[in-house]
Amino acid sequence: MSPLFLFLAFVALLSALGVVFAKNPVHSVLFLILTFFALSGHYLLLNAQFLAAVNIIVYAGAIMVLFLFVIMFLNLNVDTEPHKPALAKIAAAIAGGSLLVILVAALKDVQPTGAATDASFDSQIGMVDRLGLVLYQQYLLPFELASVLFLVAMVGAVMLGKREAGERNF
Amino acid sequence: MIELPALGWQSIVIFVVFALSLLIATYCTYAERVIAAFLQDRVGPDRAGPYGLLQPLADAVKMFTKEEFFPGGANKALFIFGPCLAMITALMSSAVIPFGNNVSFGNNSFFLQGIEVNIGMLWVFGVVSLGVYGVMIGGWASNNKFSLLGAVRAASQNISYELAMGMSLIAVLMMSGTLSLREITLQQSVAGEWQFWNIVKQPLGFIIFCVCAFAETNRTPFDLPECETELVGGYHTEYSSMKLGLYLFAEYINIFVASAVMSVLYFGGFNFPFQYELRDWLVSSQGWELASAQNLITVLGTVGLFAKIFGFIFFFMWVRWTLPRFRYDQLMRLGWTILIPLAVLNILITGGLILFGVIK
Repeated sequence: MSPLFLFLAFVALLSALGVVFAKNPVHSVLFLILTFFALSGHYLLLNAQFLAAVNIIVYAGAIMVLFLFVIMFLNLNVDTEPHKPALAKIAAAIAGGSLLVILVAALKDVQPTGAATDASFDSQIGMVDRLGLVLYQQYLLPFELASVLFLVAMVGAVMLGKREAGERNF
Repeated sequence: MIELPALGWQSIVIFVVFALSLLIATYCTYAERVIAAFLQDRVGPDRAGPYGLLQPLADAVKMFTKEEFFPGGANKALFIFGPCLAMITALMSSAVIPFGNNVSFGNNSFFLQGIEVNIGMLWVFGVVSLGVYGVMIGGWASNNKFSLLGAVRAASQNISYELAMGMSLIAVLMMSGTLSLREITLQQSVAGEWQFWNIVKQPLGFIIFCVCAFAETNRTPFDLPECETELVGGYHTEYSSMKLGLYLFAEYINIFVASAVMSVLYFGGFNFPFQYELRDWLVSSQGWELASAQNLITVLGTVGLFAKIFGFIFFFMWVRWTLPRFRYDQLMRLGWTILIPLAVLNILITGGLILFGVIK
């Protein structure tokens, strides 16, 4: 394990904990952005440059901006913070704990493959053109279906934002 | 043991680019006033030094010595973090811009570029999309409703115009087939054949990109986040001294980077007309060595690139002092109902032209 990996893992874990434990929601969002940066660093270490860049652009650059946008509008102070009943807290802890157990159970037998010293390792695997070929040849149908999903969301947004007949904003 | 990267030519290039960005941003403040004065038929700054050339220095002294002010109820840490973030993101994007071709000394060849990665364009796009955080965090942390409105405007404006910007870039990518800015530059001029700059093949894409660049850098006519007629000073209402200075500085660095990206993507970057003919002429009839002729071409190309960049910076300022500001709903309508459909149309046209072999 390289020192860079350890550093990135440390940053990722610490900032992920920060997301959960920060009292101020804006701080939580900023910690989450830091987490995304640490994850992008991991992608770079795995030689997946495109994934790293897209992770930054889509998650840190667009989705988190919208998150922050919404949170800024809400006046979330300590006194307006909702207090959940104890039963809900216990249920959440059990649900989260069982997800953790499932993740650990799923990952415990994983064998690391394709180390950088391996002869079969392809250093170009994460490059843009490779990814494009895989997406448009091997996984064409799922890819197109996902794009239809986005189209549906887009049409819905347009319908919501469309001006009704006779409506005037200014 | 952590291996530190060797302090090679790349770090020198990065340092020079960093210093140049700051110098250009400094003198942009001067150029802005001179151009404003010229367009409004005034004298402009002429007190500090010959032709007022020391005006940026005087401004810097003023900025640093002003009182630092923290508004009541502000989130102090984020209030300081905001301008720092604006500055960091502004400075980061110039790392991948190819400022020149290779120069060679003996057996060593250097690229006049900070880092050459094959995701160069995505890097620029990613850093630009992060640029809005500085404005948003600063505006929110000020605990002022005008600042907050400015921050919210900045966020929605950036998100809206990023879409059209990304789609106008896709048309360029479809022609170039690479994300590396150096490759895109080199493809715009090939020795021994007629090869035009991308502006000829992508006129519509360039116009869309240019409009979006104005919106992303928060320049007039899209400077709604700091619209002083409605929002006092927008997101930097509560800022004073050098923290305000950093915000203004970041804006000028963003203009510099946007100009550089437009020059590289659409105006041939460090290429200039007849460069290969000049090189061959120097080698064949003047008896130059190939390497030194290539070095001369590179230096001339870098000068040419900066000439293009300064031309675009002038264009940014020219527009600022010519066009009035948009209304906010007009801004959103332009982004979503005109620029994005135009960008999609541009992609379709480009795809068709590539399919029928008109352009490659």
